[in-house]
Amino acid sequence: MRQEPITGRRRFLKNCLASAVAVAAGDGISHSAAGAQNLPLIRSRVVIAQDPQLRGSDSTVDSQRMLSLLDRTMETLLRVSRPDEAWKKIVRPGQMVGLKVNALGGRGFSGSPRLAEAICERLQQAGIRAADIVIWDRDTDELERAGFHVCIAGNRVQCFGTDRMGYEDDLATWGSVGSRLSKILTQRCDVLINVPVLKDHDGAGVTIALKNMYGTIHNPNKYHPNGCDPYIADVNMLPEIRSRMRLSICDATTACYEGGPAYKPQYSWQPNALLASQDPVALDTTGWQMIERKRAEEGLKALEAEERAPRYLATAADPQHRLGINDPQRIERVETDLA
Amino acid sequence: MSREHYLQPDSSLAGAGFLDSERFASAGTSCLPDRRSFLRCALCAGAAGTISTMAHPLDAMSLSPAAQNQDDSQFTVEARFYQKLPNRRIKCKLCPRECSVGDRERGYCGVRENRGGTYYTLVHSRVCAAHIDPIEKKPFFHYLPGTLALSLATAGCNVNCKFCQNWDISQVRPEQVPADYAPPQRVAQLATQYSCPTIAYTYSEPVIFIEYLMDTADAGHAAGIRSIVVSNGYIQDEALRAAYGKMDAVKIDLKSFSESYYRQVVCGQLKPVLDSIVTLHKTGKWLEIVYLVVPTLNDGDAEFRGLAQWVRNNVGADVPLHFSQFHPEYLLKNLPITPVPTLERAKQIADAEGLHYVYIGNVPGHPAESTYCPKCGHILVQRMGLEVTQMLIRKGTCPYCGQLIPGVWHV
Repeated sequence: MRQEPITGRRRFLKNCLASAVAVAAGDGISHSAAGAQNLPLIRSRVVIAQDPQLRGSDSTVDSQRMLSLLDRTMETLLRVSRPDEAWKKIVRPGQMVGLKVNALGGRGFSGSPRLAEAICERLQQAGIRAADIVIWDRDTDELERAGFHVCIAGNRVQCFGTDRMGYEDDLATWGSVGSRLSKILTQRCDVLINVPVLKDHDGAGVTIALKNMYGTIHNPNKYHPNGCDPYIADVNMLPEIRSRMRLSICDATTACYEGGPAYKPQYSWQPNALLASQDPVALDTTGWQMIERKRAEEGLKALEAEERAPRYLATAADPQHRLGINDPQRIERVETDLA
Repeated sequence: MSREHYLQPDSSLAGAGFLDSERFASAGTSCLPDRRSFLRCALCAGAAGTISTMAHPLDAMSLSPAAQNQDDSQFTVEARFYQKLPNRRIKCKLCPRECSVGDRERGYCGVRENRGGTYYTLVHSRVCAAHIDPIEKKPFFHYLPGTLALSLATAGCNVNCKFCQNWDISQVRPEQVPADYAPPQRVAQLATQYSCPTIAYTYSEPVIFIEYLMDTADAGHAAGIRSIVVSNGYIQDEALRAAYGKMDAVKIDLKSFSESYYRQVVCGQLKPVLDSIVTLHKTGKWLEIVYLVVPTLNDGDAEFRGLAQWVRNNVGADVPLHFSQFHPEYLLKNLPITPVPTLERAKQIADAEGLHYVYIGNVPGHPAESTYCPKCGHILVQRMGLEVTQMLIRKGTCPYCGQLIPGVWHV
């Protein structure tokens, strides 16, 4: 009995320490992921929200249902009851917010403009001025081909590619990477919301949130060898990216399980879903699992068997990067269905 | 990628002057101790700077009648040296990297794109740097010394050297740098107009604009203009024979004699480069080799010795070998300029291994810039910086002892 207070105090201190780390990590995504690798208490939350009725009769995405799906996704992710509460945890009035979409796949297979519109609507309700929001990717023409309405002036939401602003003259460097960053990122974004698509990738295995950051640098072609490892992780470590990243919302309305990253209709399917997380590594790990399940359904080999498993995820989670969690046991996967 | 800096039209004078002053500082401690030598060197460097300023930037040469609003399609030509694969994929057969490229994607070089299963070069006639340089700047020391070369480049490179001094054109996509439309016939016409006996493909990496290089070489030869190339030699055998077979002289940047250096610093491989050098030598092309000495990374005695032995045993003692001084650039800004004594040590080792023509580069005024007769030791071609101040070789021989001096000495 006399030993009990000592044991209790030790346990108390231990718990305090763990709780402090959990609080520090849990309040922001990249922060949460950072420090969490060796602490079993820390888990990253990934929400998969689906809506079987997302598409109208002409199979295009319905704007109103997309907004509802986004709201459900954000409320579930941030454990709040109203969408504006969720967005106020991500942005503050007066900030400039960038939505880095992925328009490489053309109209068939890029991020849905309906999702970007829904995010912009909620951002404005959270106090962000329309003109302080920019939807962007590498190239303006690609954005147009993907169905986005280009806007480079006025008080509306802006939408254009890095070709309109160019890249910084100075190199940003981290690890194996030395790149010029898009001026949209460095000069037009206080906060970055990553809006990737869910795709198979012939080199990297899968391309989801982390690889979408290749669209922020001037020389992505230099970083495809070796399954993009460690380059994808290193690009995401660039301070200008890491310090701005708040949230990833993956557009999985249409996804690709083979033959990516180019759009091949025969290898695509329509999960009609959004994946969201503040931990891009956890999100990519979850997306990879979805792709593997679909591949198995279609009788295809696992990516590992094809020697193109996304090894960069382990690198992104390693102690040198700490971009997030790639251990499925430590990812809290929450599925919700709007139907 | 070449170690030869491409000079921006609006900064060539300032750039040359700045670099030269650094070189004087290094050279002064080693080989030019007195004031007279220093002033002589400065005068020479000034002359070199003047030559550089004589260089005609692209605008002045009016390569393109209408540089504005160029249509990308005029630069886009189906690539050579690739293989079509199922599912609209292709495999590039240009360099040993053999990029497997999906539809709508580009290869490692960033200047070749798969569009629906057909591979295209995006840089044909898309010149982002063009100048008239002394041929010594390439450097070619045994090929038409004292002449000018119409020198040009497009964007892109198939390696990613951490020391690249032209990285702002070599490590970018073509649409990220201003460029002019310069079709092959126009280049040949300009070379004639400006009395350049050669067209030099240089600055970035000519391997990646090989279609343009081949077409321009043909146009040049039709107009009596020769072609020379400054390359990393990282190219597949078929492309090498087809493209560099059209060249009159080749300079290869052998960046190291170690596979690990090639892997870590160059992002390439050594073996294919050595194979290219041997092939070029066998085909009888005039060949010179440059080795950039980077402090702490490739400056060991064993590496210098291994390199010199390999050159002697595989391409012969008469192939000129240049040890060039490194300047901190790009991703290696943390390293110092190569000390001149290090370059001199490299030369001593190569000389001791029996190489006949070992030079020190990027150190204006250094005695090892000049060519000496390997038999009698007399100076035969005296150089100061980029200028040839004395040329004594007659009919390819030493005027003192009659020794044959390999090279192409007269137009």
